[in-house]
Amino acid sequence: MTMTMTQQMITIAMVVLGTMLTRFLPFMIFPSGKPTPKYVQYLGKVLPSAVIGLLVIYCLKDVSLLSGSHGIPELVGAAAVVLLHLWKKNMLLSIAGGTVVYMVLVQLVF
Amino acid sequence: MNKNKESLHLSSPAINTHMNKRSQIWAAFRSAFPYTIPIFAGFLFLGIAYGIFMHSLGFSAIYPIIMSFMIFAGSMEFVAANFLLGAFNPMNALFLTLMVNARHLFYGISMLDKYRGTGKKKLYLIFGMCDESFSINYTANVPADVDKGWFMFFVTLLNHLYWVAGAAIGGIFGSYVKFNTEGLNFVMTALFIVIFIEQWMKEKKHYSALTGLVLSVACLILFGGNQFIIPAMLAILGVLTVLRKPLEKAEVSV
Repeated sequence: MTMTMTQQMITIAMVVLGTMLTRFLPFMIFPSGKPTPKYVQYLGKVLPSAVIGLLVIYCLKDVSLLSGSHGIPELVGAAAVVLLHLWKKNMLLSIAGGTVVYMVLVQLVF
Repeated sequence: MNKNKESLHLSSPAINTHMNKRSQIWAAFRSAFPYTIPIFAGFLFLGIAYGIFMHSLGFSAIYPIIMSFMIFAGSMEFVAANFLLGAFNPMNALFLTLMVNARHLFYGISMLDKYRGTGKKKLYLIFGMCDESFSINYTANVPADVDKGWFMFFVTLLNHLYWVAGAAIGGIFGSYVKFNTEGLNFVMTALFIVIFIEQWMKEKKHYSALTGLVLSVACLILFGGNQFIIPAMLAILGVLTVLRKPLEKAEVSV
């Protein structure tokens, strides 16, 4: 480890600060005392679905289709999650099953 | 004697409201807990994975414990571990955190109404608004007789506890783990795929979900993995703004 303890503490504090800024900012800009603008209310309704889609892609951002394993383990793992979930609708089973499939692929096959 | 009686009499309404409040809180806890059971397993698993990950990088258990407690944003904590291993660059850490966690801005906008009127608990609700707490608190159907504020408080608190507990277990017992953990991080991807499917099945129209998916992929291809989040958020915001009129019209006619 190249950092001193103080430097590590500052780095962690920066991550805390950045995280809290992103969480508190909307509530500071639109305080509950005042009515929220209609446009922001609309965004509050439609954003969740879109942002969950963004989260899925965010998790896969480091996958390279052109090199290495060409994203095949990720594709198969994701497909396993989707199929398990459509089949059994059990959140834990889908997550655990897909993860095991992925781990087997990256450790033993690719 | 008389005086005593009077004071007893006076204090009884206070006791009554106190009891009511306690049973109200207890009821909220009981209805919140089942919603967090999947997160219990998921976070314990993820948290342990995070603790083991930190251990494998050479950090003592106190790091994952403190970081999971204070940051409470799963993916960011994995990224933060990399910050700690690199050169000291606090501004870089701050800006990368803002970029990675910018999605919380969207959560906040979505929760403005739901967190309204929750009193002092609101501060903690916002502090603990991770992906999972947000998605449960946004989607859960809280029974009418249960206090919504306390319900969301317990969802957030329980998730927070699971996460810290998992990170602590992984950090402390990481050295005893002998199996190959390569690929364990896929558990996060799997979690969000499941939440995406759940949300998909819940909604009638999929404009928003598709917008999020397609624009994120497009921006990922255009800007690359380290820089796509902000462009993707702006693109999503732009398209959903353009779609507002037709979407609201469709909603009225249905």
